Amino acid sequence: MTKLKKIGKIKFGLLSPQEVRKMSVTKIITADTYDNDGFPIEMGLMDPRLGVIDPGLRCRTCGGRPGECPGHFGHIELAAPVIHIGFAKLIKKILQATCRKCGRLLLDEEAKKKYQDEIKGLKKIGRSTNNVIKDVFKNSVKISVCPHCGEEQKNIKFEKPTTYIEEGHKLMPSDVRDRLECIPDDDVEMLGMDASKARPEWMILTALPVPPVTARPSITLESGQRSEDDLTHKLVDIIRINQRFQENREAGAPQLIIEDLWELLQYHATTFLDNEVSGVPPARHRSGRPLKTLSQRLKGKEGRFRGSLSGKRVNFSARTVISPDPNLDIDEVGIPLEIAREMTITMNITPQNIKECKEYVRRGADRHPGANYVKRLDGQRIKVTDKNSEELVEALEPGWKIDRQLKDGDVVLFNRQPSLHRMSIMAHKVKVMPNKTFRLNPAVCPPYNADFDGDEMNLHVPQTEEARAEARILIAVEENLLSPRFGGPIIGGIHDHITGLFILTRGTTLFDENDALELLRKSHVRDLKKPAMHENDKPYWTGKQIFSLILPKGLNLTYRAKACENCDVCKKSECKTDAYVVIKDGKLLCGTIDEKAIGAFSGGVLDRIIKEFSPAEGKKFLDNATRLAIRAITHFGFSFGIDDEDIPQEAQSQIDEIMMEAEKQVKRLIEAYKAGELDALPGRTIDETLEMKIMEELGKARDQAGNIASQHLGLENSAVAMATSGARGSMLNLTQMSTCVGQQSVRGERITRGYDGRTLPHFKKGDLGAAAKGFVKSSYKTGLRPTEFFFHAIGGREGLVDTAVRTSQSGYLQRRLINALLDLEVKYDGTVRDTRGLIVQFKYGEDGIDPSKSDYGKSVNVRRIIQNITGQDPAEV
Amino acid sequence: MVKKGNSKASVGKTAKKSKDIKRAKTTKNVKKEMASAVTPQSIDSKLKDLPLPPSIIEELKECLNKVKPTGAQLEHIIQMSVEAYERAKVEPCEAVGIVAAQSIGEPGTQMTMRTFHYAGVAEINVTLGLPRLIEIVDARKIPSTPIMRIKLEPEYARDRDKARALGWGIEQTNIIDIGSMSVDMAKMQIVIELDEKMTSRRNITAEEIAQKINAETKAEVQAEGLKLTINPVQHSYRGLLRLVNDIKGITLKGVKGIRRIIIRKENDEYVLYTEGSALKKVLQFVGVDSSRTKTNNINEIADVLGIEAARNAIVSEAMDTLREQGLEVDIRHIMLVADMVTAGGSVKQIGRHGVAGEKASVLSRAAFEVTVNHLLDASIKGQVDELSGVTENVIVGQPIQLGTGDVELMYKAKE
Repeated sequence: MTKLKKIGKIKFGLLSPQEVRKMSVTKIITADTYDNDGFPIEMGLMDPRLGVIDPGLRCRTCGGRPGECPGHFGHIELAAPVIHIGFAKLIKKILQATCRKCGRLLLDEEAKKKYQDEIKGLKKIGRSTNNVIKDVFKNSVKISVCPHCGEEQKNIKFEKPTTYIEEGHKLMPSDVRDRLECIPDDDVEMLGMDASKARPEWMILTALPVPPVTARPSITLESGQRSEDDLTHKLVDIIRINQRFQENREAGAPQLIIEDLWELLQYHATTFLDNEVSGVPPARHRSGRPLKTLSQRLKGKEGRFRGSLSGKRVNFSARTVISPDPNLDIDEVGIPLEIAREMTITMNITPQNIKECKEYVRRGADRHPGANYVKRLDGQRIKVTDKNSEELVEALEPGWKIDRQLKDGDVVLFNRQPSLHRMSIMAHKVKVMPNKTFRLNPAVCPPYNADFDGDEMNLHVPQTEEARAEARILIAVEENLLSPRFGGPIIGGIHDHITGLFILTRGTTLFDENDALELLRKSHVRDLKKPAMHENDKPYWTGKQIFSLILPKGLNLTYRAKACENCDVCKKSECKTDAYVVIKDGKLLCGTIDEKAIGAFSGGVLDRIIKEFSPAEGKKFLDNATRLAIRAITHFGFSFGIDDEDIPQEAQSQIDEIMMEAEKQVKRLIEAYKAGELDALPGRTIDETLEMKIMEELGKARDQAGNIASQHLGLENSAVAMATSGARGSMLNLTQMSTCVGQQSVRGERITRGYDGRTLPHFKKGDLGAAAKGFVKSSYKTGLRPTEFFFHAIGGREGLVDTAVRTSQSGYLQRRLINALLDLEVKYDGTVRDTRGLIVQFKYGEDGIDPSKSDYGKSVNVRRIIQNITGQDPAEV
Repeated sequence: MVKKGNSKASVGKTAKKSKDIKRAKTTKNVKKEMASAVTPQSIDSKLKDLPLPPSIIEELKECLNKVKPTGAQLEHIIQMSVEAYERAKVEPCEAVGIVAAQSIGEPGTQMTMRTFHYAGVAEINVTLGLPRLIEIVDARKIPSTPIMRIKLEPEYARDRDKARALGWGIEQTNIIDIGSMSVDMAKMQIVIELDEKMTSRRNITAEEIAQKINAETKAEVQAEGLKLTINPVQHSYRGLLRLVNDIKGITLKGVKGIRRIIIRKENDEYVLYTEGSALKKVLQFVGVDSSRTKTNNINEIADVLGIEAARNAIVSEAMDTLREQGLEVDIRHIMLVADMVTAGGSVKQIGRHGVAGEKASVLSRAAFEVTVNHLLDASIKGQVDELSGVTENVIVGQPIQLGTGDVELMYKAKE
């Protein structure tokens, strides 16, 4: 293997005019680009020596073809020096700090020595010298007589963007340059510059480097016309003015005209470097669009740095819509056949695998697990076709390479943007499938934050053996079941997985052998173990038993499920909601499986299996559990319809009464307020007190109505089952659908804005009642009244705006955090350091524990260990 | 048996421990001890020198004393604990910074934007959620809602009246809080009528007020009972009106910046919550428990109590903010951020004016924000980019020196 070339370091500095000339391949003197025949003009902006962009031609300097030749710089000799806009402010500071005659720093020897020593000391320990240099500037500006030559200093004013005025007299760039030239190297160092790489006079341009054509390629339009790059346009301007300036000066034009042209040249040089300088009108294209010049190319999100250099484009990637497939393992990804045939893995042919490789080549590109290309020893790449496949099979020998199509079992990286955490990219195993979408098990949606409403995801095929090893060992789904954020599971059952197991394990549901085996058909369990009971000589198993079959042996766990009502005295196994979960030696003895058992972010059972057994065991459990759940939920059937929101008549009248009462109460409050009888709460005005009390009253009414409704809706109601199991939705959602939507709010207050003194013209001015301020009495099922509908839209809009603002804000927060911390690494001595070796922490997290390997932040789960060994729970002794 | 236990626990073997075990070996009733429950003393001595963090040892001690294991069980428990601890250690080369940043940034997307919420004290508004998190990370000089929680010395904490009196003393008192002011244009005078209830409550007399106003404005003040008449130095209407404003602005009593104080009872003690923050001044009051009083202004903590305190304040503030939103984030991630921010000795911002702007690498800085300026600056100073960080190596297209990129595989061929 060839050793990679390594870039050791990058030095920054200014180009001196000599250097510009030295690296230039030609002087550019004509502003024209191509002649009438379409050939580039010599010494013009498209000079063939500057590099090639047209296919088929060769570079006149290096002989390279387009793509090989990096391009070569040219230069323009400026007729008069101009200021480099990026340094305009610094030039002013230097002019003020140095003598106008002898060019030396305006500090006496003593002060100079002091600062020099300070700078030297700071540099030695690798600290920033910025503050000292700031002091140097500050103190030298104050001195009005040069301590070296006795010259009296004049006041220099800087007028943005590029004019310097010395007591009414304008300093031309050439004057400025003359002064900067005089500054001795010693003094330059004290101004914070490195004299060997950046002499101050180099900040004034005398020779302008012309970027190679490869950096400003022209495009040929359909009409055959050439359209030049923005930079070329700008260079044309510079050359034109430069020529005019020269001609005028040689012709002895009046000073006024010369100065005007000089200014114009300055303008063009300025906009060439930066077209967004304040105080300078931006140079525009003929269409009126501002030109994108050098600074604009580098800046910003789509600029060179963030867009092109930090954001790399890759081959061997695919992107398409995702859809769910619960029959896949959680670490699999279904890949459309069309994509699998396009994406390849390079195999090195060895004596060991030559047989296999020959088979791929024989199959060719058209029959699926085949090979698309063959690479000979001499590096020639040959496309495998029907015609040449047999021929290639014969020729194949160790040392050749083939590009094999993706097939089942290959590892690929799967990713969904925004990639907010490392679980946004995980390694899956390929499963080639028909149709055109990527398929994934819905249980891996939480880490990707994916759903199937049209989401697209990306797929990358690692190309080297090291990359594949890393993908398998570190990036695999199995290795990322636990989140490093809090040390708990982030992958787990969602929606139907939870509902399914909830229905299956709740109470005692009995299944005969047929049903039991049918439920477990997709899980890797065949032995049903002992049945719970016999009836008519037929064995029956409970739902809990069936679930127990997928639990690993030796798992012991006791916890309270989501349905737990926190009774004063826990009835334990006699719990009427079946919320006391006991798992002993891998058997679910009592309790119901719900979100707290297998859910993503909170699955306790899953968490214990991963930590006490292994991630592989956890993965197996999750695969089995989700499949069992899906089969269970299809076995029972699960649906939700409009009649599930029906409420009996008597409950409805109760609810109506509560609403009436609440409205009356609100009216009473308003009357008390108007009569001035309302007492303000501490720290609140009377108006605020009234608002708070009304809100409280209406909130209470909604809750009461909801309670009445939920009394009539039992667990046989699908929405209730989903809410109590934690699969989806809440009781609040259900009450909003069936009984009352409740108060609409903007910024936590009732809706107040709108017309003068009222929210809508439907109400009287000054009406403070419930309906006038956005209380929605109706339910979603009965439908909203027009005014209610409008208020609901107002409340809903706030939510939308909130999300929009939040995403941008938190995105920026994340970018800053990443940028600040990305270089930190745990060293072999256990310290956390940045790239400079600066110690940030002596021991990571004060105890050296990796949160992703911890148990919710704790390194040792003392309670579990003691319980497992002694059989006693220390918390309950 | 003992030997076996020793070898298993050898991960955390220390010189002292092996000596302990040697001694135990010589005692005759070893076997007996293994089968019966061990005494708390022997638990203590066994746990003392384990290579575990103190918090874990504490917890072990507490739990073991409750459970009373046998000698064999104890050995087993200790061995399992040490193993669990070793297993949970971070691996070298782990990119902990990126993980920390992601762990804090990712839940940010799930946070609410609502600026004002009521936490703890219903009467005081506090910035919470994403805006508060951004505020902490930004290292703002003054948070948008500064708040203090003043805990009191026992004597004050139990007595509501004393606590209240202390509160009145701390709260900033202006003239409008304790009386009404009117301008007598004809006589060119300002007349202040003090409210008796309010003045006595805040323990301030008319004479004191008169003196204070006189000292601040140099105007002539006469106090007659509860009535103050003020004659301005300048006899002009403008002067008079300006004087009115000046008087309104005078802090007569209490700490400037503490706009409101609310007393709450928390677990048998009275606690003062303040709107506005002035840690240094408040700590000087007699009755304030300076070790338990805190503010949410991190920069103030850094100034008054030092950088270590500020670091802890960042950790606790960020943890509280996240917890309040119901988001679980490991404290180690936040500690790392807090340490990064405070490592230089002052609280730095996460962003271009702080941590990110002070990086050694030119390319890394240029890739973050204000690209062009960083490049120009680097050229002037003749800076060198050593290409040691992540961003720089991504830019030049080289493997990064972090995680798996920081180790190399070498194969030594057999001769």
